[in-house]
Amino acid sequence: MHSREKVIFEYSRPGRGATDQWPHEEGSALADLPEGIRRTGRPLLPEVSELDVVRHFTRLSQLNFSIDTHFYPLGSCTMKYNPKACNQYAMLPEFLGRHPLAPESHGQGFLACLYELQEMLREVTGMQGVALSPMAGAHGEFAGVAMIRAYHRSRGDLARNEIIVPEAAHGTNPATATMCGCVVREIPVDAQGDVDLEALRAAVGPQTAGIMLTNPSTLGVFERRIEEVARIVHAAGGLLYYDGANLNAILGKVRPGDMGFDVMHMNLHKTFSTPHGGGGPGAGAVGVGARLLPFLPIPLVGKSASPEGERYRWLAEQDLPQSIGRLSGFMGNAGVLLRAYIYMRMLGREGMSQVGEYATLNANYLLARLRQVGFEAAYPERRASHEFIITVKRQARELGVTAMDFAKRLLDQGFHAPTTYFPLLVPECLLIEPTETESRQTLDAFVAAMEQILSEAMQEPEHVTGAPHTMPVRRLDDVRAAKQLDLTWKPTAQS
Amino acid sequence: MAFIPHTSADVQEMLAAIGVSSIEQLFEEIPKELRARAMRGVPSQLNEMEIGRLMSERARMDGRPLCFIGAGAYEHHIPSAVWALTTRGEFYSAYTPYQAEASQGTLQLIYEYQTMMASLTGMEVSNASLYDGASAVAEASLMAVRANRKSKSQRILIPATVHPHYRKVARAAASNQGVRFEEVPYCTQQGASLAAALSRYEGQDVTALVIQQPNFFGILEDVDALTDWAHAHGALVIAVVNPTALAVLKPPGQWGKRGADIAVGEGQPLGVPLSSGGPYFGFLTTRMEYVRQMPGRIVGRTLDVTGRPGFTLTLQAREQHIRRAKATSNICTNQGLLVTAATIYMSLMGAAGLERVAAASHARTRELVSALTRIAGVRLAFEGAYFHEAVLSLDKPVAPLLAALASRGILGGLDLSEHYPELEGALLVCATETKTSEDIELYAGALTEAMSGLATRGLATRARPATAA
Repeated sequence: MHSREKVIFEYSRPGRGATDQWPHEEGSALADLPEGIRRTGRPLLPEVSELDVVRHFTRLSQLNFSIDTHFYPLGSCTMKYNPKACNQYAMLPEFLGRHPLAPESHGQGFLACLYELQEMLREVTGMQGVALSPMAGAHGEFAGVAMIRAYHRSRGDLARNEIIVPEAAHGTNPATATMCGCVVREIPVDAQGDVDLEALRAAVGPQTAGIMLTNPSTLGVFERRIEEVARIVHAAGGLLYYDGANLNAILGKVRPGDMGFDVMHMNLHKTFSTPHGGGGPGAGAVGVGARLLPFLPIPLVGKSASPEGERYRWLAEQDLPQSIGRLSGFMGNAGVLLRAYIYMRMLGREGMSQVGEYATLNANYLLARLRQVGFEAAYPERRASHEFIITVKRQARELGVTAMDFAKRLLDQGFHAPTTYFPLLVPECLLIEPTETESRQTLDAFVAAMEQILSEAMQEPEHVTGAPHTMPVRRLDDVRAAKQLDLTWKPTAQS
Repeated sequence: MAFIPHTSADVQEMLAAIGVSSIEQLFEEIPKELRARAMRGVPSQLNEMEIGRLMSERARMDGRPLCFIGAGAYEHHIPSAVWALTTRGEFYSAYTPYQAEASQGTLQLIYEYQTMMASLTGMEVSNASLYDGASAVAEASLMAVRANRKSKSQRILIPATVHPHYRKVARAAASNQGVRFEEVPYCTQQGASLAAALSRYEGQDVTALVIQQPNFFGILEDVDALTDWAHAHGALVIAVVNPTALAVLKPPGQWGKRGADIAVGEGQPLGVPLSSGGPYFGFLTTRMEYVRQMPGRIVGRTLDVTGRPGFTLTLQAREQHIRRAKATSNICTNQGLLVTAATIYMSLMGAAGLERVAAASHARTRELVSALTRIAGVRLAFEGAYFHEAVLSLDKPVAPLLAALASRGILGGLDLSEHYPELEGALLVCATETKTSEDIELYAGALTEAMSGLATRGLATRARPATAA
């Protein structure tokens, strides 16, 4: 891996440009624009050739770890292989060129894919209806909690504005509740990682709008008393929200709808292998049980019979007058939805349950091997789901080598680090999710790297605490980054 | 099988290492009665050849019509290098750059993007993107409520000339937190918002005013007067702008005496294909004084332990994974890959190239308007100056005309009757640099024929109110 790359503006030379990409018209075509409305100075964009651009961004890409180049066991993110076919066939020119407001007559192929995707997602989650427009997990969460709120309001049940979340929940859960105008009530989990039922019973009441749960939880274990949790919340008049971040663990094995959940989101960029793209685009489709069907966000795709055969059409306000409304300018991350559709069709019903099985096999194998070489499991009595937590609190205490140090040293070994310091509940933790697409040999290599770091931590801890040594940069000064804000390149600030 | 590499020998050895006899045993903690049955609703698996054939058939059904629709999504030329680079696995299959040392490529790219967007909008700082233009308006509204500490009303004025979908999304996203959106009427002669229409808010507490430039009709708003009105009344200004247009139009940072406070918009025109509406990306830029009120990821340049520069996510204390219920937004995943495409696009175009895209798009739209208004019964709906998109007024019903055009492979524009019932026979049309004079002639010829086959709309429907409420 080469070490660094200049900022693109440093390649600029006045008068240079990728002119083959430019239209012929010059500014004179704008002569009719009124006085005072024109821009006077040019924006700071680089003046570079096409080859400059290709080299620069190729080199930048080479400074990244990615699934295509490295094992990426980032817990809770499901970094599985993104099949090339999904990209290739979602980028057919007809799909790319289709305008979002093109008539349905010029969208039957696209709409058919979306309709079938809705149907498949309904089936694998046990939900009654699915809306595809939310554009990320957190966006789906927003839709879900907004539907819970709309449901209570439609019944005149105005006092229900409290959302219960277990303390180990993703940060998006409480942040979402706030965005929906609800207040958050956190409840603890017990020593085995299950929700504390006594605390739950004490928390529910006429103010309860619902509970947001991830199952398997962020602790990497299945919530065994989920049916009891559902009974308690439902008896109190609340609804259950399923955070689909960990759906990969149970795909084809157990369905959120059957567990008693009323509403959920699915991270299509996790479970259904659409790309993570360096931080998006995601897709956070939502599924609902019967009670919330009228509140789904628009648009949906519907199907009707016509003299010419089946026709697909958009469903909007007039079809769902109680909808929580529109959450995206057009149809969410449509191209991501096509990728998820292709992936699901390739898995088929046969492949769907293998995902959960082999994700779970890989996680339990990796956990067993790491324990064998001396790492401590956070929940040693429990089966791992598709991910698990190890804690290095002993090494931190005795050797001064923290979870972050292990993470950084892993980068030197050619592995992306697991998620660190989440969930907050477990000290010095690494949340590890291998996914089903990794081979046993890759997992073994990861174990060997972890074993080596463990021995380094005992013999030369400063080598670990000083890691990484081989990356384009060493550890960065985050405090300086936040205090001496440098958020844009300036022509005078040469690096 | 499902991209799973395991051999049966692997599986046996792995089970032995775990100490179980079957994969099934790993699911023993899940209550038996909850276990899923076979998923009959999911079809049987397809291999790559089969899915390739299916998708190609589906794509063929949608065709490749000649498109004159704009309305927030614009067909621009996309250089081959943009997606050849963007779909490199190192960009495509990486995630949010939490491990800065292993993500310098994505981080530096976002820093370059922030620089370009801040400069393009004439603002000081940019975030790393939001979901799309519509959700950016919603996030900007919530941000304005946080930033305008003097205002207590949580009341946002949003002219009817702002994209109708943006108005709907802002309402759906922000009203749960008590933010109120009030629609400001526009002048049906000019097609623009008027500072005069704001007079009824004199002396009232207004948190922010949203101004879209060019507005949904393509009309150029008097952004200076509107901005100054807002600032004189203690309101912040949220500018909603088209990034292509910014190459030639005054940037929000220079609107009025003090400049807009937050600039947002749809990033799609910058190298992102139409793709049925997404994935696109929303951009958001602002003044340095409001940087801590921004939603979403922000990248900063700093030094490593050896004193060499490097890039990292910064100001994370605003975000959900740290602040939880008190975060500025719940946003986590954003639209990184589209930002990658946009940064590459802007690098290839440069200021001079982007200016030409804007000029060419405007020239083509003028040519289109001129060709279509030569047809009897077609005229420009508004008197105000337009940029790169325009509303026509037709004396025939629009829907059957569009259907007739579509059957000939021409998407003739957007029928405005759903969103603006007061505008009879209104059609929003757009041409970009991708349209040739032949394309425009083809459209004009087809429209002439279609119109001659249709009865004129009833005269009674011609009367229009002077100002729509």
